[in-house]
Amino acid sequence: MSWEPVIGLEIHIHLKTRTKMFCRCEVAYLEPENTRTCPVCLAHPGSLPVPNAKAIEWTIKLGLALDCEIAEHAVFHRKNYFYPDNPKGYQISQYDEPLCLNGRLVVPGPEGDARVGIVRAHLEEDAAKNVHTGTAEGRISGASATLVDFNRAGTPLVEIVTQPDLRSADQARRFLQLLRRTVVELGISDAEMEKGSLRFDVNVSVRPEGSEELRTRTELKNLNSFAFAARAIEREVERQIGIYDSGGEVEQETLHFDPTAESAPPLRSKEEAQDYRYLPEPDLVPLEPPRELVDRVRAELPELPGERVRRLAAELGHDLAGDLVTSGRDRLYERVSGDDRRAVANVLMNQFAVSGVDPGAVDADELATLIAARSRIPRDRFLEALAASGDPGFSAETYLGDGLVADTAELEPIVERILAANPGQVEAYRGGKEGLLGFFVGQVMKATQGKADPRVVNELVRAKLSSS
Amino acid sequence: MIETVRLTAEEAMGLVERGEVSGAELHRAYLDAIAERDGELHSYLRTVEEPGGDGVPIAFKDLISTRGVETTAGSKILSGYVPVYDATVATRCKDARLTLLGKTNMDEFAMGSSTENSGFGPTRNPWDPTRVPGGSSGGSAAAVAAGLAPWALGSDTGGSVKQPASLCGVVGLRPTYGTVSRYGIVAFASSLDQIGPMTKTVRDCALLYRIVAGRDPCDTTTVGLPQPVKIPEREDLKGVRIGVPRELNEAEGIEPGVKELTERTIGLCGELGAEVGETSLPRSVEFGLPCYYLVAPAEASSNLARYDGVRYGIRVEGEGGVRAMYDRTRDAGFGDEPKRRIMLGTYALSAGYYEAYYGQAQKVRTVIADEHAAAFRDFDVLVSPTSPTVAFELGAKTSNPLAMYLSDVLTIPSNMAGLPGLSIPCGLSDGLPVGFQLIGPQFSENTLFHVGHALERAIGFDFVPGRLR
Repeated sequence: MSWEPVIGLEIHIHLKTRTKMFCRCEVAYLEPENTRTCPVCLAHPGSLPVPNAKAIEWTIKLGLALDCEIAEHAVFHRKNYFYPDNPKGYQISQYDEPLCLNGRLVVPGPEGDARVGIVRAHLEEDAAKNVHTGTAEGRISGASATLVDFNRAGTPLVEIVTQPDLRSADQARRFLQLLRRTVVELGISDAEMEKGSLRFDVNVSVRPEGSEELRTRTELKNLNSFAFAARAIEREVERQIGIYDSGGEVEQETLHFDPTAESAPPLRSKEEAQDYRYLPEPDLVPLEPPRELVDRVRAELPELPGERVRRLAAELGHDLAGDLVTSGRDRLYERVSGDDRRAVANVLMNQFAVSGVDPGAVDADELATLIAARSRIPRDRFLEALAASGDPGFSAETYLGDGLVADTAELEPIVERILAANPGQVEAYRGGKEGLLGFFVGQVMKATQGKADPRVVNELVRAKLSSS
Repeated sequence: MIETVRLTAEEAMGLVERGEVSGAELHRAYLDAIAERDGELHSYLRTVEEPGGDGVPIAFKDLISTRGVETTAGSKILSGYVPVYDATVATRCKDARLTLLGKTNMDEFAMGSSTENSGFGPTRNPWDPTRVPGGSSGGSAAAVAAGLAPWALGSDTGGSVKQPASLCGVVGLRPTYGTVSRYGIVAFASSLDQIGPMTKTVRDCALLYRIVAGRDPCDTTTVGLPQPVKIPEREDLKGVRIGVPRELNEAEGIEPGVKELTERTIGLCGELGAEVGETSLPRSVEFGLPCYYLVAPAEASSNLARYDGVRYGIRVEGEGGVRAMYDRTRDAGFGDEPKRRIMLGTYALSAGYYEAYYGQAQKVRTVIADEHAAAFRDFDVLVSPTSPTVAFELGAKTSNPLAMYLSDVLTIPSNMAGLPGLSIPCGLSDGLPVGFQLIGPQFSENTLFHVGHALERAIGFDFVPGRLR
């Protein structure tokens, strides 16, 4: 029998608002413990939440980008549970009346567009951070004490829940990359996994190809990268298929991965049916976003990454188009001319990517010249040029031409000849007109028909001019 | 020597304004009175020596957060907790130059009708120390009645201002929900809690309401007052339509003495020129109390979850992990009544029960609000006894929670609808005060003050307890 994976995702994104969700403490990472707290986020008796208007607007923005309906009446609920990182004994979240619902994100792919349903996107507050002391790894088992850092408590968090519409680990990876790019471009989150500003859990089940049933799923937690997640999903899919093939049943459980040791087998735990005793938050009035706000936010939406992937996929194929867009290099790609579009894309995704140059700082015409000439220059020189491509005034010209003469013994006489032929300019240079350096270099280049290495010429001319 | 027993807040303000006494002298005079008479009553949990202002003193129920002054909400679990911030009502009182005399005793987390549920011992009624002052704001009521504070703030969830005001012979207002900030008020049931003034006269009540009411950006459930607070002057009731809801006036358990004084006061309304007619609130009275005992405990079970021994208050150390610490701390810190209500509320919110209990009770609140709104099409004010009984003996109801819960049967229905209610003393039955409840539509405090003031003048009730005269 042939099996089909059924994958759903639950993603948490920290909004990069200046202040917390329900108090006006600054949102800050890496600050000394418990320095960004107040009676509200410490849950002192009598304190009350006041919602962050920016966080609400940004959640609406995300909802619109995900093609969601924006609720006319949304409600904050209390999710009750005891834990030291949950100071009120409840988390303010949303339950049956979330802000955004029934959306979709279309993930372009080689197998066609995958329409991934978004069940909901809602706003909630993050918990504090428990720090376990007394063990080297900071883990809870064997710890002698637990300290709580409330700086993170109350940070605005958007939770996005997808339908189980994903059909492969690779598709899940591409969905996550596209979603990440979308929130980054909306300007609402850094969405960096290393900082914890993007976290996600994966639900995995399998079913016979062609069937519509939903079988028992397992939940994968603590996945620390998209690539790791894709590998973990693949392994889990294989494991479940193996169980069914040998006549067994998959058990509902949670697989906790160790983010510090990818190869370690995940810890398994039975999902306890926890009763969170949700109740509408009586300290907050219902959220009723005015139409004008929703319309304004909708009008301000930029062209979304998904649309750009689809557009570029026609000439580049999905992998390259997806990579360009999710890496944030597609805008530069579109500005760099060149007949061989795949070559341009490949350079941007490989050598240029390695250079670490900010795509926004690059003069696209110069880069186009460089890429067009890349087969004519030595590889090292090409890489050197790419690394310099973001510098102000970068000129591809200076790196072009092969067989450049870099031998100072050969160049020195030519430099001396040029200087001797232009005594007036030499005097002016020494008198402070240092802009004339380019003139001398140009003369040398001309004399060598462009065969001289401009950097070497540069150094030589400068040295000669400063020694009298 | 300042005689505090008879001094109203308005008179005290006059003394200070005219420079006859200083705020500090006034503060001292009340502290002396407390030292002299509060040993017996135990209306205060703690007093504040330094006036911290030059105006008239005030006492706060101990669930109002006061920066630098311990605030326990009558619970051992908050022993030693000193707030780092002021409740908005405390800030407003400071801004009005009021000086904090101290924090008054209360039923633990405002759960109770006799102040016997305090974690720090009961308060006694100044009219008869063998009896309770009512609750949960019993400390504030007793302090005002005994002249140990010119006025005080209490809080009212199911009747915790109105009922003790009634039992102690003082004036108490439960304001329209949303007109007084809850920021800094130790929460019991958030959708019902309101801070209210407890005073000797209706004019004092209006003066204090004017200080504390108004929108607060720190409490998003507050609204601005549609009209400014008017200090009542009129002594007639011409043009006022007064409705007498049958079910509130004929409820089971209303003592004959209470009934008689209520009827006499209703008669007085007519004499003062009001149109008096009968009306009916059948569903509000039948379902008010049972629904209240689903909504309030449900919210309380969530509000009281933060008392876990992690950040403040007491912590009971011992073997085991954090769960064991929670259990020990909450077991030692909470008294029987909070435990009872946490269990009730937890149950009412549990999966599979929510719709049948909490969800249903919230729907009934709409029914109750609609029924009151219908009555207010014909009447400006609805009247009834505040409490079915006069002050009862200490211990009389402590072993029977249900009997205790029935103390609020007449105050709860309008509270469930978020409506304002004023209790004024209307006479003595066997030497103990009887309270008369006036209920109005939302934001009708000015009308309640007008009617209350006119009746107060006509009744001529002497608010000084007989034994202190």
